[in-house]
Amino acid sequence: MFEAIAFYLFAFLTIAMFFIAVTTSQALYALTSLAAGMIFISAFFFILGADFLGAVQIVVYSGAVMALYAFGMMFFDTTRDVKESKGNNLIIVGLSVLAAVLVVVIFAAPMVADNITPLYPIAEGVGNTQSVGVVLFTKYLIPFEVAAVMLLVAMVAGIVLAGKKMDLSLTEMSDAEIRDMRLEKNKKVLS
Amino acid sequence: MMEIGLTHYLILSTILFSIGLVGVMRRKNLLMLFFATEILLNSVNISFAAISHYYGDLTGQMFAFFVIAIAASEVAVGLGLLIVWHKSHNNIDLEQMSTMKG
Repeated sequence: MFEAIAFYLFAFLTIAMFFIAVTTSQALYALTSLAAGMIFISAFFFILGADFLGAVQIVVYSGAVMALYAFGMMFFDTTRDVKESKGNNLIIVGLSVLAAVLVVVIFAAPMVADNITPLYPIAEGVGNTQSVGVVLFTKYLIPFEVAAVMLLVAMVAGIVLAGKKMDLSLTEMSDAEIRDMRLEKNKKVLS
Repeated sequence: MMEIGLTHYLILSTILFSIGLVGVMRRKNLLMLFFATEILLNSVNISFAAISHYYGDLTGQMFAFFVIAIAASEVAVGLGLLIVWHKSHNNIDLEQMSTMKG
């Protein structure tokens, strides 16, 4: 009973939030509604008994990813209204067909997979975090390490891409130096 | 109706995925396009967790973890590239990126 109420409540809230994130013309509204939708999604994970996944969802998505987007938006002009594209008809038709096929597959898959047996069954009487840890560090150790290396590569790439000229500080430079820098930048843009 | 089964979660996941696809189709601003991508990844995570719960198998949750890790690194690299583009062109519209010329 409570599960049903919680499911329908959070389903409605999540769909509403993501709908706003997709349709609004204000970048800040989109950001905040997306962050709210991420937190509502973690409620589904808690309902489904995947406690650790829900905590990771809140920490990583609402904490790290949304904060990163918020910092990134400081670089861009967010007060301007976001214009929408007319859209390429071919792409829209293709993606719609893909979505329709996806719906059919989603409904057909559980009927086909009736006699499925769990590969790593959820143990009784053990917490979700503990069983996740056991499986992650025994069966999925190599993918875990590869994911760690990938995150390191992504971090280095982010620093290298966004951190150019980060050693320069406008407050510590003299006026003449700033003028020279602006001149050089304008030359680069114009050429 | 009151008993929540696997189908309910899969329907929800499909609806969210469709919302994300609509976002990918109609957005021109690249930052908004990234938001739509996050919606796509999250809808898939819901169905992974639901299947993991209803079949009593932990593999779905493991996949969801790796999806989250990939999404985090995608955001880091994507935002870095976006900042570099914005520094040199002063906008992040998709239509201006249609050519590969510097």
